[in-house]
Amino acid sequence: MRALANPRNLVVAAILIFLALVPVYAQARANPYLLSLFTRIIILAMAAVSLNLIMGFGGMVSFGHAAYIGLGGYAVGILAQEGITAGLVQWPVAIVTSALLAVVIGAFSLRTRGVYFIMITLAFAQMIYYVGVGLERYGGDDGLSIDRRSQFGGLFNLSNRTVFYYVCFGLLLASVYLVWRLVNSRFGLVIQGARSNDRRMRAIGFPTYRYRLVCFVIAGTICGLAGVLLANHTDFISPATMHWTRSGDLIVMAVLGGMGTVLGPVLGALALLLLEEALSGLTEYWQVILGPLLLAVVLFARGGIDGMLASLNRA
Amino acid sequence: MLLFVEQCLNGLQVGLLLFLLAAGLTLVFGIMDLVNLAHGSLYMLGAYFAATFTAFTGSFLAGVALALGATLITGMAVEVIAMRRLYGRDHLDHVLGTFGLILFFNEIVRLVWGPEGRNLPLPAWLSKSIEILPGFPYSMYRLSIIVVSLAVALALYLVVMRTRFGMLVRAGASNREMVGALGVNIRLLYTFLFGVGAALAGLAGMMQAAILTAQIGMGENILILAFVVIIIGGIGSIRGAFIAALFVGFVDTVGRTFLPELLKLTLSPTAASTAAPALSSMLIYLLMAVVLVVRPSGLFPAAGR
Repeated sequence: MRALANPRNLVVAAILIFLALVPVYAQARANPYLLSLFTRIIILAMAAVSLNLIMGFGGMVSFGHAAYIGLGGYAVGILAQEGITAGLVQWPVAIVTSALLAVVIGAFSLRTRGVYFIMITLAFAQMIYYVGVGLERYGGDDGLSIDRRSQFGGLFNLSNRTVFYYVCFGLLLASVYLVWRLVNSRFGLVIQGARSNDRRMRAIGFPTYRYRLVCFVIAGTICGLAGVLLANHTDFISPATMHWTRSGDLIVMAVLGGMGTVLGPVLGALALLLLEEALSGLTEYWQVILGPLLLAVVLFARGGIDGMLASLNRA
Repeated sequence: MLLFVEQCLNGLQVGLLLFLLAAGLTLVFGIMDLVNLAHGSLYMLGAYFAATFTAFTGSFLAGVALALGATLITGMAVEVIAMRRLYGRDHLDHVLGTFGLILFFNEIVRLVWGPEGRNLPLPAWLSKSIEILPGFPYSMYRLSIIVVSLAVALALYLVVMRTRFGMLVRAGASNREMVGALGVNIRLLYTFLFGVGAALAGLAGMMQAAILTAQIGMGENILILAFVVIIIGGIGSIRGAFIAALFVGFVDTVGRTFLPELLKLTLSPTAASTAAPALSSMLIYLLMAVVLVVRPSGLFPAAGR
């Protein structure tokens, strides 16, 4: 029990409790913007958690992870445009298409290593981006408004901000739990082994390509679901969601929070988006501060926020 | 037929422009093993410097010369302040750190030059067109881009392959410590090399700025293209970058012009006209994916890597 009560876990627990209570606070202060901001943070945290599964644990640095956010979003948007608003249709369709896309991208990309992997995932994401731009029936470059959020009948109503927040929060916790279970399973150990030394893992009989592909697909699917949530949150989807700088943002979140720890990306998403919010309140030119700050994190704070918290444990 | 020749020349011009950008990128990548996403920012800065200096001096050539010097110095400063500390780190650290630099430079440009783009007006002797074949006029400026880029490519090849400086650079790529131990100031060498890469990117930026305009974020999309080029060409290989750049410029330009026609043969006209723009934008990424699947280290992997 004492081992659990170290500074890092206390901070993480405090943050989770805080996140759980955000709607209560927003309600009390009648501040819907706050709730909207934190909904966005939670959705992007979910995407970053999924990226971290392949990047932090699997060593597969995908520079095209935003493609799944876009795909999930477009699945909702296109179906809604065609008159199908049932969540029980939209969500499975989004999940299945994200998984299929990840199978295709992964099957090709995982043949390459290192920088080549970074670039080929980027190339695939760019292709998906241009498909989005070319979808003239669905808004093309300008994007597509979503008139009705996904309908779940009497089950719950996503148009209610508080309900929607808790749905997102629940799914974030579920993703974190799934990733945690995965990386601590035999499957996760194979993935991490393949990151450290792929040749050795193959020599002792693991078909690492298949393991890595399955891992890649799981990450893509979770991210697709995050895309579904994001489209429902903004009631809008456009190719800009899939721009390569969005993929960069996700990488920043994962690295800032601390790669290779399950909750790190959640901390990273919180830190990055709150920092953006605070700095943009401070000055119009907030990226002049944010940019060098990111560089400083890379140079001086290895292991990200989670790494800093963990070093408190040892102190 | 004339259209085809014109598009080929345009493809050549786009390809050579890409080469200027990719050459610096592939040198830095191949020799210092640094993934520099901020290379596109130097391209953007080159364009803005040229617009400012041309307006200031009133002469296009003087403006371009001053802008080249300014990008060279900016590049060297960036190397000393930031990049130097990133050598030997993980590629992921490079991506993140230089991503931060992109944000910084975009915002600095917004701060200094304002959110609107800047025009780089051409002098009269460059803005006319000349008849390169009987009955076939072609833009003098685009032609001069082709000539200048080819000259730069040749000079780059000679410097890297035939001079002492180039020899040291290549030696530094193979074994940094050994070259340092032999008494060469390898840090200064790298700083200068980075500056040269920056100046090349700036040159590409200012040449492009005269056709379009200098605007914020102009470096980002073309940066991705430059990465496609060096990945197809094989990281660290100037020759590979040259061939791949021409190839990409060609496929992109010619694809954009003729793909709609080609699609109309198989699809209905409306379907073709909606599918063609997306498909032609995708073409080069498709090309890169195919190249990587067939040859996971690019077409001309640099020796020793």
